Amino acid sequence: MITKEEVEHVGWLARIEIDEKESDAYAEKLNSVLDYFGQLDEVDTEGVEPTYHVADIVNVFRKDEVTESMPQEEVLANTEHKQEGNFKTPKIM
Amino acid sequence: MVYENPDGVKIGLEVHVQLNKLNTKLFCCCSTDYHDSEPNTHVCPVCLGLPGSLPVINEKAVEFAIKIGLALNCSIVEQTQFHRKNYYYPDLPKGFQTTQYDYPIAGNGKIIIEGEDGEHLVGITRAHMEEDPGRLQHIGSIDRSKGTLINYNRSGMTLIEIVSEPDMRSPKEARRYLDKLRSILDYLDVFDGDLEGAMRVDANVSVFGGERVEVKNISSFKGAERALLYEIMRQKNHIRRGGEITMETRHFDEARGVTISMRTKEEEHDYRYFPEPDLVPLRVADRVPKVRETLPELPDAKKERFMKEYGLADTHARALTTEIKVAEFYEEVASKVDPKTAAVWVSDILKGELNYRDLTIDAFTVEDIVAIIELITGNKITEQSGIEIIRTVLDHGGRPMDIVNEKGLLKVEDDIVATAVEEAINENPEAVADYLGGKEKSLNFLVGKVMQKTKGRADAREAREKLIAKLKE
Repeated sequence: MITKEEVEHVGWLARIEIDEKESDAYAEKLNSVLDYFGQLDEVDTEGVEPTYHVADIVNVFRKDEVTESMPQEEVLANTEHKQEGNFKTPKIM
Repeated sequence: MVYENPDGVKIGLEVHVQLNKLNTKLFCCCSTDYHDSEPNTHVCPVCLGLPGSLPVINEKAVEFAIKIGLALNCSIVEQTQFHRKNYYYPDLPKGFQTTQYDYPIAGNGKIIIEGEDGEHLVGITRAHMEEDPGRLQHIGSIDRSKGTLINYNRSGMTLIEIVSEPDMRSPKEARRYLDKLRSILDYLDVFDGDLEGAMRVDANVSVFGGERVEVKNISSFKGAERALLYEIMRQKNHIRRGGEITMETRHFDEARGVTISMRTKEEEHDYRYFPEPDLVPLRVADRVPKVRETLPELPDAKKERFMKEYGLADTHARALTTEIKVAEFYEEVASKVDPKTAAVWVSDILKGELNYRDLTIDAFTVEDIVAIIELITGNKITEQSGIEIIRTVLDHGGRPMDIVNEKGLLKVEDDIVATAVEEAINENPEAVADYLGGKEKSLNFLVGKVMQKTKGRADAREAREKLIAKLKE
């Protein structure tokens, strides 16, 4: 069960403000998602190694060779908030 | 002598090392050569965390990590993988840091440092790979800041985080540990420690078996020592006044030399680690033998060899092997002149003059120091003149032989010294009488006169001997 408090905590971790009313609604929705996934519990996984990756491959590497980076204008193209080539945000502590 | 550790101090260090000698970042092909560049010019969709971009790991970074692990006497894990450490802070645009969690690439190592009571072992808990975050810069002062600027050039650089056991018993030992770590990393040639942010330190410290406090924001090795001295004193005072130490994170304020509590919710982080689905596992065990072959002779081994091969004392061998460049310089000199004399001139004299000027060994050439040592051992110049030549080369440039000629440093012929001795005795009857009457100090006065007459080119020891001989006649 996901409680209202947990919803608020997760909201805080993501820096999203969630008010009283919303947290009740989200808790309900998240619980129904969780219930749905709960069906997976019916499968017997006794003695099965956890799968982290679907593809059974290891060691995908690249060489230590430089390719060109993006031009600064393009890097900043998705923001209106910039200053001297930097992204600018409200003050962050 | 055994160090008692009267306050029960336990220090563990977490050191982030940036592998800036790689050509590219950890998961993308952006260049690592950003230090003198405009902000946000060394970024791409991967290190900018744009949707749909996929990381691919730098093979060389993995090799470097194994190399570091081996040099710290760690065991290397069979297979490793990356995790996402989730936190919402704009230094990483993806909302998580790609790091290692349950299978760090290396662990269970140790290094030897010069402890309070001789050689001291410090355990290495683990060394893992992760990406460096971007750089935040506050506009104006931190409390009245109008905003924050973000530069992602550093984002995605390869970091190795080296975590030690709480085996250090004083700030001095912590400093020695950092120096030793730096020395080993320099030998491995995996990073340039002089570049900004190449080595960053967090410290954990406790006293009398109490809870540990983490000190962050330490910007130099000297800063680490100062932060720890302060923090230990603070904890002791707090306990003396009846207080209790609780686990917390504190911030080191370099300017004021104090640590400040960071009482924010930030401490109760819930990182929700989970395996990074975009990176496949790494099977590294079979790469270890090949990397081991590339390991250079490390500081401890080199020190032992210098003692055996060149007959050096422990202190000289240590001083000459701390920095790889100095060790290489010394060996070249030792191949041309007597190794023991070379040790004195390189380690005691040249290094002293370099340190005094805040210079590295690069400021001097093997050829020049060999020339100077040969002039001295060939009895052509005095030791004092040798030092003068080193100083002149460092301060004004020039070649040793030219300086010898310009300054007239060649030792004067014996008969000129003899004449000067005779003159000094004849011209100063009172000093002679004092000396013969038992006032040893008067001899110094006469030596001074001889040096004056020969314009300093006589060897003071020789002048002294000649004076005594003459006065005994």
